[in-house]
Amino acid sequence: MKNDQAKKYGMVIDLDKCTGCGACMVACMAENNIPFKEDESNKLDSITWMRVYQLTNGKPYPETDICYIPRPCMHCEGDHGHSPCVSVCPATATDYSQKTGIVSQIYTRCFGCRYCMAACPYHARYFNWWDPVWPNGMEKFLNPSVSPRMRGVVEKCSFCFHRHQLAMNKAFVEGRRELEENEYQTSCAQACPSGAIAFGDLNNPKHTVNQLAQPDNAHGGQPKNPEVFRLLEKLGTNPKVYYVSSREWVRRAGDNYLKNENPGKAH
Amino acid sequence: MDSALIPKGVNRCPLSELILKLGPVVAVLLWGVVAMFMCWIKGLNQTNMNDSYGFALWIWADLTVIALGGGAFFTGLLRYIIGKDKLKNIINFAVLIGFICYSSALLILAIDIGQPLRGWFIFWHANVHSMLTEVAFCLTCYFMVLTIEYLPLILENRQIDRLPFFHNLSHNMHEIMAVFAATGAFLSFFHQGSLGGVAGVLFGRPFAFREGIFIWPWTFFLFTWSAAACGPCFTIMLLKITERITRKKLVKDDVVDLLAKIAGWMLTTYIIAKIIDTWYWAMVTAPSLGFELTDFYSNNPFYGMWILILEIVVCGIIPSIILISKKGRSNPVSFMTAVVLAVLGACVNRWAMVLQVMAAPVLTFEGWPMYYPSWQEVATTLLPVAYGIILVALSYRYLPVFPQEVELNPVESEDQGGKAKKAALSGAEVSPARA
Repeated sequence: MKNDQAKKYGMVIDLDKCTGCGACMVACMAENNIPFKEDESNKLDSITWMRVYQLTNGKPYPETDICYIPRPCMHCEGDHGHSPCVSVCPATATDYSQKTGIVSQIYTRCFGCRYCMAACPYHARYFNWWDPVWPNGMEKFLNPSVSPRMRGVVEKCSFCFHRHQLAMNKAFVEGRRELEENEYQTSCAQACPSGAIAFGDLNNPKHTVNQLAQPDNAHGGQPKNPEVFRLLEKLGTNPKVYYVSSREWVRRAGDNYLKNENPGKAH
Repeated sequence: MDSALIPKGVNRCPLSELILKLGPVVAVLLWGVVAMFMCWIKGLNQTNMNDSYGFALWIWADLTVIALGGGAFFTGLLRYIIGKDKLKNIINFAVLIGFICYSSALLILAIDIGQPLRGWFIFWHANVHSMLTEVAFCLTCYFMVLTIEYLPLILENRQIDRLPFFHNLSHNMHEIMAVFAATGAFLSFFHQGSLGGVAGVLFGRPFAFREGIFIWPWTFFLFTWSAAACGPCFTIMLLKITERITRKKLVKDDVVDLLAKIAGWMLTTYIIAKIIDTWYWAMVTAPSLGFELTDFYSNNPFYGMWILILEIVVCGIIPSIILISKKGRSNPVSFMTAVVLAVLGACVNRWAMVLQVMAAPVLTFEGWPMYYPSWQEVATTLLPVAYGIILVALSYRYLPVFPQEVELNPVESEDQGGKAKKAALSGAEVSPARA
């Protein structure tokens, strides 16, 4: 039994389906024991591994249009695994897995220099400014598969990696080395009521994410599907979260363009 | 009371006056110590940093004091390696300033990390790809070098020097100081550069990102260059402040003029390189990532084009022109203006390369978050300043920091009694055996 084929787990989010309900955010917080404050209104120091942004096209009524963009960690591959955050961490507390394509965070090794946060253009990394405090009794309902984080370290979306570990354990017990698509799904993908989030192996043609994004691995994973885009494609971060939208202004909002620049065939 | 510790042939104020004058400085120091312990005990929630400003006032202070402390390595390089012997009259002071700057930087870093007890992980789990790893190693090594360079000066204290072991140790250390000066220059080149690399390698942050040679972005070289240019200016600025406070000339003009002239040429060449770098970044690098220059300087309440003009024109071109001209250096007003502007230039550059990098939005649907430091951040940043003032005051009082001081400020004697009185005031021993 061999498991030679490297996986590249990724996500495709259909922005035309997303209603901005925030179920993905709630599911993520519950699944990953994400601490919260009594007052969560200041988003600059609260932790939201999955954060939903609201965009508008800036046009007056009746042409006003709104789009919600859920933003998890992009699990950037960069150039051969040198994602923006992994290459800068001085203590190797964050790592890029060549087996899964997942960018991990080792909480017990992080000493809180926050260089990775400075490096991440997506603001997907969060610092624990406080020790986690749970409402009375809530400790009993924390997820035992996910370790809570202490004050002074950085954390971020892990693509629910503990679910991957549990699924792999189960598969091993059953004598398998490969997972079915539905055996490893993130909590946000499962919670999305409109089915906007697809998750799976971008390298596997049978998986929905591959079929939707049609990533071109010869060109840094750029999507072949003209309605699919990645955030800040030009920076070369090579993210593994793709977005689908039929709306041109939404696709254009995914990256920065010069005033007279043609966004290109995909946009 | 402490006259036995004061170098021979120099005048110092009474100890009570010194204590009185240092009182407010000690108060600031204690304020900083309180804030420091609050940050260690309660955590970084005591600051106004947030997830957009992971780097803020402290990292700016770190980068700035290290750049300004660069006067130590560059003056050492000029004195011991290049052979500018005249600079032996200012090298002690440059080393002292460097020692203060680097110890301050290490202290601020110890406060700035979220888990201070894990600070050693940077050495134990070192990631060779990270610029910060190189900074940590070189910074620590160079601080050791600075300590070794500062030690002989301490050993030259009148009382310590009386002990043959310390006298010989000091003498022998002076003999081999060129080795440490060379080591210091080597280490400084790398950690000053790596601090520039910290910002330059951030390919996810178009405001900071620069191309370069091999693994080193252009900011690597620019930071080293600017430290070599502005560091000596900082040494000169503090020398002039010390002279003003002590009401004495401590270093001859030709020594200061030589250092200022070299710093001026370093600043001139640096600012030319900086202009080329800025032009290439604005015209090629940033547009390739979808940004125009004005994107980084508009739509926010603080970061306007003025910051670029201030850094390059006001604090770069103007002091360069003054410092490379003999006329500019010989006029005390224009000279001090140039020195202060050069120091300010390094501060502005480091501010932009830390805080503006954090502020400039990259995602199209995010805005410019603004930041102001909490009192704990301000207090802990002023803490090293207070510590520096105290260390300079004590070093000046008890150590022969300025070799030309005795010559420039002779203690005049009118008669035997007057001589004894003057000698007593200066701290010189009056016993017949030593007189």
